[in-house]
Amino acid sequence: MTKRRVYVDNSATTPVHPQVLEEMLPFFNENFGNPSSVHSFGRQAKKAMDKARERVAVALGAKTEEIFFTGSGTEADNWAVKGVALANKDKGNHIITTKIEHHALLHTCEYLEKHGFEVTYLDVDEYGLISLKQLEEAIKDSTILISIMFANNEIGTIQPIGEAARIAKEKEIYFHTDSVQAMGNVKIDVKELGVDLLSISGHKIMGPKGIGVLYIRKGVRLDNLIHGGAQERRRRPGTENVAAVVGMGKAAQLATENLEQHIRDMTSLRDKLINGIYERIPHVKLNGHPTERLANNVNFSFEFIEGEALLLSLDMVGIAASSGSACTSGSLDPSHVLMAIGLSHEIAHGSLRLSLGEINTDEDVEYILEQLPPIVERLRSLSPLFKQCEGGKVSV
Amino acid sequence: MYNETVMEHFTNPRNVGEIEDADGIGEVGSPQCGDIMKIFLKVEDNIIKDIKFKTFGCASAIASSSIMTDMVKGKTIEEALALTNKDVVDALGGLPKPKVHCSVLAEEAIRSAIEDYKKKMK
Ligand SMILES: Cc1ncc(COP(=O)(O)O)c(C=O)c1O
Ligand SMILES: [Zn+2]
Repeated sequence: MTKRRVYVDNSATTPVHPQVLEEMLPFFNENFGNPSSVHSFGRQAKKAMDKARERVAVALGAKTEEIFFTGSGTEADNWAVKGVALANKDKGNHIITTKIEHHALLHTCEYLEKHGFEVTYLDVDEYGLISLKQLEEAIKDSTILISIMFANNEIGTIQPIGEAARIAKEKEIYFHTDSVQAMGNVKIDVKELGVDLLSISGHKIMGPKGIGVLYIRKGVRLDNLIHGGAQERRRRPGTENVAAVVGMGKAAQLATENLEQHIRDMTSLRDKLINGIYERIPHVKLNGHPTERLANNVNFSFEFIEGEALLLSLDMVGIAASSGSACTSGSLDPSHVLMAIGLSHEIAHGSLRLSLGEINTDEDVEYILEQLPPIVERLRSLSPLFKQCEGGKVSV
Repeated sequence: MYNETVMEHFTNPRNVGEIEDADGIGEVGSPQCGDIMKIFLKVEDNIIKDIKFKTFGCASAIASSSIMTDMVKGKTIEEALALTNKDVVDALGGLPKPKVHCSVLAEEAIRSAIEDYKKKMK
């Protein structure tokens, strides 16, 4: 008997879509040319790059010359923030971001703080939403960049990016959004949103790993992160990872073409999972916003138990998920996102993220709902925080 | 990530529970650091006759609690006090480096329970 395996960690990464893989494969050993070369091998590779760029541009509602390929979502975030900071330091040294950004952004901002920049980290409410009022109040004469993530990778909360970008525009401040998790789960149109910079990553949307995109609105002033040759119109040098670029293009195309159906499917699985957990397990708390959340994100805290123990137990029955517990992060503190929404350490340690994707089915959800309750019950029976009172009622 | 011994103690922990008329109780850790360990002792003629534990924590913390209770059961108070964190980790056949700190509680918990026992004896 082969053990059932259910992968619900799609916010960590996704499998490469078969159609994406198919388009990528020839670029490893058949059409292996360097896109900078003049000969037919080079031209073939160049043509593939152009097509991929066109597809990403269409997916984001951008112009092709506003699309730049990078080595990851992390690099796109680094480039946006450091690039704007360095190119505009004559205008000011103040950056506004949020407390719940991905480390790709937070650690970049912390680095800039060491180099004379000042950063304001906006709070979020209990659901993970920023306050537009606090954003407006945080703006100073020296503010040169506002960077707010579109959707959070842990709790799935979707921010009012259009409104935030409008505030930035009124004050003539550059606006960047990390859309790595939003891409493929939310409609993204850079012109409609009015953003100046936007990052996405291939491997979260059934594309390959090690490829990202930074959308740079025409006219935005930012320095290079990497210096070298003439690739990406001199702005992101380094011989292109052509196969990955091709994969990114196809993945972006599929993600937008199938967006509505995908959102419908994911929402249905998500809500079945959320309602099922509420029905079957007492003392749980849904983390994130009830409605302003990614269609594929489920994040619960299970009181009285710790996330790593929960993850391992799920893994033993073939269920792959993730947690914001300290014991899974290698640090002593639970996730900064769960702390920012005001969870106690204890509740944050007991968090479980189930992130859905194209590969998941109703049967997967049913399997999780069948396996999870006895696992939670067993771990609670080991916990000194959990006491079963007489009469079957539970007390702390 | 974890070896078989750790996984065995995590999935089938020994001596789980509480002792109602315990001679000594020790509780260490805090929700802050993510692990809480509670130990209950029954002592007779200076020998640990029975021991039970409850742990809130990761697999490393649960497995450490389990193996520690096995190691000190039937031992004298002095022998139990001589138990170190290294003994626990060795008995488990090793732990991944970042997880060693989660096992320290086992040593602390047994000491705290014995302290409580000694206090009650006075
Ligand atoms: C919100 C967010 N930003 C950035 C990244 C980094 O992307 P990449 O893995 O491509 O570097 C991730 C992926 O974990 C993410 O979830
Ligand atoms: Zn631990």
